[in-house]
Amino acid sequence: MEHYNMNLTLKVWRQQNTRTAGRFETYKVSEVSSEMSFLEMIDVLNERLTSEGKEPIAFDHDCREGICGSCAMYINGRPHGPWHANTTCQLHMRAYKDGDTIVVEPWRANAFPVIKDLMVDRSAFDRIVQAGGYISVNTGNAVDANAVAVEKEKADESFANAMCIACGACVAACKNSSAMLFMSAKVAHLSLLPQGAPERNTRVVNMVAQMDKEGFGSCTFQGACESVCPKEIKITSIARLHGEYLSAGLTSNK
Amino acid sequence: MKWSEFFTSSVGKKFVMGFTGLFLISFLVIHVGLNACIWANDNGVMFNKAAHFMGSMVVIRIMEVGLLAGIFLHAIQGLVLTAQNYKRRSVGYAVPMGNTGSPWYSRWMGLLGTLILLFLILHWYNFWIPSRFTGVEEVFIDNKPYDNLYGLMLLTFSNWWVVIVYVLGCISLAYHLMQGFHAAFKSLGFHNRKYLVVIRNVGNVFSIVVSGAFAMMPISMKLGWVS
Amino acid sequence: MLNSKIPPGALENKWNDYKGHVKLVNPSNKRNIEIIIVGTGLAGASAASSLGELGYKVKAFCFQDSPRRAHSIAAQGGINAAKNYQNDGDSVFRLFYDTVKGGDYRAREANVHRLAEVSVSIIDQCVAQGVPFAREYGGLLSNRSFGGTQVQRTFYAAGQTGQQLLIGAYQSLERQVALGNVEMYARHEMLDIVKIDGKARGIIARNLVTGKLERHFGHAVLLCSGGYGNVFYLSTNALGSNVTASWKAHKQGALFGNPCFTQIHPTCIPVSGDHQSKLTLMSESLRNDGRIWVPLKPNDTRKAADIPEDERDYYLERRYPAFGNLVPRDVASRAAKERCDAGYGVGNSKQAVYLDFASSIQRYGQAEVSKRGLSNIDHAGVMALGEEVVKEKYGNLFDMYQKITGENPYETAMRIYPAVHYTMGGLWVDYELMTTVPGLYALGEANFSDHGANRLGASALMQGLADGYFVIPYTVGNYLADQLAVKSIPVDHPAFLQAEKEVSDRINRLMSIQGKQTAESFHKRLGKIMWNKCGMARSEEGLKEAIEEIRALKKEFWSDLRIPGIVEEMNPELDKANRVADFIELGELMCIDALDRNESCGGHFREESQTEEGEAKRDDQDFAYVSAWEFKGEHNWELHKEPLEFEVAKPSQRSYK
Ligand SMILES: Cc1cc2nc3c(=O)[nH]c(=O)nc-3n(C[C@H](O)[C@H](O)[C@H](O)COP(=O)(O)OP(=O)(O)OC[C@H]3O[C@@H](n4cnc5c(N)ncnc54)[C@H](O)[C@@H]3O)c2cc1C
Ligand code: HEM
Ligand code: FES
Repeated sequence: MEHYNMNLTLKVWRQQNTRTAGRFETYKVSEVSSEMSFLEMIDVLNERLTSEGKEPIAFDHDCREGICGSCAMYINGRPHGPWHANTTCQLHMRAYKDGDTIVVEPWRANAFPVIKDLMVDRSAFDRIVQAGGYISVNTGNAVDANAVAVEKEKADESFANAMCIACGACVAACKNSSAMLFMSAKVAHLSLLPQGAPERNTRVVNMVAQMDKEGFGSCTFQGACESVCPKEIKITSIARLHGEYLSAGLTSNK
Repeated sequence: MKWSEFFTSSVGKKFVMGFTGLFLISFLVIHVGLNACIWANDNGVMFNKAAHFMGSMVVIRIMEVGLLAGIFLHAIQGLVLTAQNYKRRSVGYAVPMGNTGSPWYSRWMGLLGTLILLFLILHWYNFWIPSRFTGVEEVFIDNKPYDNLYGLMLLTFSNWWVVIVYVLGCISLAYHLMQGFHAAFKSLGFHNRKYLVVIRNVGNVFSIVVSGAFAMMPISMKLGWVS
Repeated sequence: MLNSKIPPGALENKWNDYKGHVKLVNPSNKRNIEIIIVGTGLAGASAASSLGELGYKVKAFCFQDSPRRAHSIAAQGGINAAKNYQNDGDSVFRLFYDTVKGGDYRAREANVHRLAEVSVSIIDQCVAQGVPFAREYGGLLSNRSFGGTQVQRTFYAAGQTGQQLLIGAYQSLERQVALGNVEMYARHEMLDIVKIDGKARGIIARNLVTGKLERHFGHAVLLCSGGYGNVFYLSTNALGSNVTASWKAHKQGALFGNPCFTQIHPTCIPVSGDHQSKLTLMSESLRNDGRIWVPLKPNDTRKAADIPEDERDYYLERRYPAFGNLVPRDVASRAAKERCDAGYGVGNSKQAVYLDFASSIQRYGQAEVSKRGLSNIDHAGVMALGEEVVKEKYGNLFDMYQKITGENPYETAMRIYPAVHYTMGGLWVDYELMTTVPGLYALGEANFSDHGANRLGASALMQGLADGYFVIPYTVGNYLADQLAVKSIPVDHPAFLQAEKEVSDRINRLMSIQGKQTAESFHKRLGKIMWNKCGMARSEEGLKEAIEEIRALKKEFWSDLRIPGIVEEMNPELDKANRVADFIELGELMCIDALDRNESCGGHFREESQTEEGEAKRDDQDFAYVSAWEFKGEHNWELHKEPLEFEVAKPSQRSYK
């Protein structure tokens, strides 16, 4: 790959904490290498701010290889920036050219209040999982791993859904701030496996109830979520969730 | 799970939307089929007869009530959902996503639906109220009296602005259905990817053909393609 | 002073006997016992859920915004277990033996054997939780092989095994949260251990959102806080991984075992420039199919594809014909360094070797051709078929490589170089996983226990889950059974107040330096010292220099650091500074340990101790012990030695030739 350097203008959302109002700040960053990752570019800016005694831009990040789901930036009108099936930390500066202006915003959804700058509170996701996103099996209860064969196609589909990293880009992209893609990935992951069958009905019902309580919207099947999902979870999982929910709701005796 | 829980959950509400939506679609099929009789070019004989036949069937009269209820349920639920969903994000983005992740009409279902509703009000005022309540001029076919709905159409569509409003209504419907058709299946839990591709294509064709056919009716009349 | 509490009896009976005789806590008493768990990676999440299930009152802490984001999520390749589903000769004994040998005979036999025994249950448990491991068409589980073994015992979920295992454990944890057995404290950082009457009784934690310090009581404290590879600044670890929890425990009296044992992973994406914030691993599983080579001619600037077969040096296959590309990590890393130092490196920096899939792609392609009964397929067609197979196996890793480098690894050979990856060293623990502070335990990568001087691939996940699911639920009861009389100690006890004050004083000291340099810049400098002098090759001279340099760096840190912002708010710079301060102190100890160990073993390569062929030379006569360091004061540690006795796996010079 050819490498080059560039000068950029960044407009970044700065907000002291949940209680205060925020605003955009403009920063010039120069000599950015095309080999840097997007977060490394922010690191460089932050180093500069810190040594000037200013507070650096706060953002969540950890693994920096697209798997922990921490990083969350809405970049120029797209969660995780311009690349397909990508996380912010995997975005590299060769996606930009000299003179570009980049606007960086936090995930926006009432269910994800801003904690500081680009950092938001996604604990609602954990509470949705608490509502039923698991298989109830205490340690020591398991039978031999090969006792139950699982159809490969189903196992693969289950895995494709289990790849969700809970970054919240689906919520950020959705006009309704719906958490359906996230939740449906969990429901599909577990209900496609024979182990997940016994709790199938209660799981989906309780998770949906929790999602509603957290203040996420409902799904209108527009597909914005699917288009930004770093792990390419499919919107058909949401349709599957609807099916699971209907059969749970319409067949229950109470 | 209690009914109340079911229907107040976000998925339950979408179930109502999808169910009523598909019900309305099925009505559209009948409606477009019936109205297409105007193109028989027999001075409305076939059309008036067909309309009469429908109007005199008890089943259809019962379904009409269901239809009205369906439309209102669909419209109210749809607007409520749109409003609720809108409130989920109090602070918006400085740079909106626009059409990069979804087609514009999928995000404007509430607006498209409202346009359809406005159109429907006009539509009822033009046809349904006269036919059910205030009465329509009669015409004799084979010595039997029939409501001359055909004549009413000719009269109504002699007006340019009515034609334009109807065409706009049909365009709204087309876009509403391009998103609505496949979404309704998904809302009802249909998730087989292979079939969903088919549904999507059928939906697009359906939306354009049906809405197009409706739109051609006032145009045909205004331009005198049928007489 | 060191009592490893290894149960008596034959090796294969020790764990069973232990379980049969260990003290138990009855269910009604469990409800009154509180346990603090720091960390929610594989070790922490599995421990928290298992102990919650048993009925203990658990409080779990992590610094990420959700327990599911712990660094374990990043593990790629797989997890070992002695299931012998492949019928290829695997057994508990063989897994035990491979691990001890792979660890270059610096691990405790009893622990490793227990690990091999419980490995089998781990896979069962994970499958029951819904972990979607890869399967064959018949619906049964699939296996691959990893370095240092000759059987296929690694279970995997594409290149995301850690993610899938952690999600399984996380879901179990969240279930316990929902049931009220576990209280979860995310975005909290433990900053000290509280000791009362010599026993660990709680922690001081900083709420990272409000900046407030909190005091939490526990009858026992479990540290599951992961490894400290980030002492090198650049490593494959997540950016937040740190040593703070372990280091605080160390300063409170827990001995630190084998701090210098670091694993350098041979296949990582090379450094591209000064801006680099982390290194990305390309899983070891790639060595199943990728062949490693450099040009035969030094300073060859041709593209990989333009170098003909007979001008390539597949140096691992040449030097180690028995294991070939699948030699253990330490061996593969050193071999890469040797080639690059000798001038055969590739790429702009010349600090890289090729990992080439062309021949596998072709082989798989041909297999597909005959499987599908195709004829008249040209070379490109065969390669396309082969690419599909490779994509299914390693697709996400290839994507990752392409995103970072901008190069397509299906077409051009990957460039790779060794990078810091894992720390075998950690808090010294006995057979029960208890540190030298009563009531304080260490699990997972945070302890030193099972991997000796070198960890085999796919064994860390196994160890983390073994510790959390199947070991600690038994061993912690043995201690807690004697603590039933202890009522919950209120957190306004003087010991808590004192500990909180000390933490707060240190934070204020850091904030008040108001110098000019950032925590990040100190971290980078520390990393350079460590990598150059305590990295892949270590010498007496280099280590001595390093110690001096680190001491000087520490002085500079405490006099010229700059942290903006305030204490009682979210302040990521303050958190970073806290961690870097501990890394600096740890760095010094690592060098001291490396200096003490004048032998080469596993990941620890002392230039003074090598064979004529440049292979590592172990010295069992003088160094068959675990180094357990006791903190005595600034720059002052005392070495305790735990002798290692090998009754079953008799040490021999490791050979993979
Ligand atoms: C890129 C990569 C790939 C790997 N691939 C494999 C593989 O294929 N197979 C394999 O066996 N091993 C692999 N490993 C190694 C393995 O992933 C780790 O050793 C293992 O996951 C460690 O788990 P853990 O539970 O001990 O700690 P971690 O998962 O690191 O968890 C540490 C936890 O402690 C918390 N914590 C730390 N400090 C504090 C504090 N002060 N206060 C509060 N909380 C704190 C963190 O929040 C986190 O929850 C890989 C490692 C890396 C880096
Ligand atoms: C002939 C008339 C109509 C037909 C055939 C129709 C059909 C549909 C269909 C099939 C859907 C998809 C449902 C789903 O996503 O599950 C839909 C959605 C919707 N409709 Fe209609 N509709 C009609 C009239 C209206 C009217 C009058 C309104 C409102 C004033 C309306 C508002 C909406 C809204 C807001 C949605 C999206 C709801 C959501 O997904 O949250 N529609 N419609
Ligand atoms: S930092 Fe982990 S996914 Fe981006």
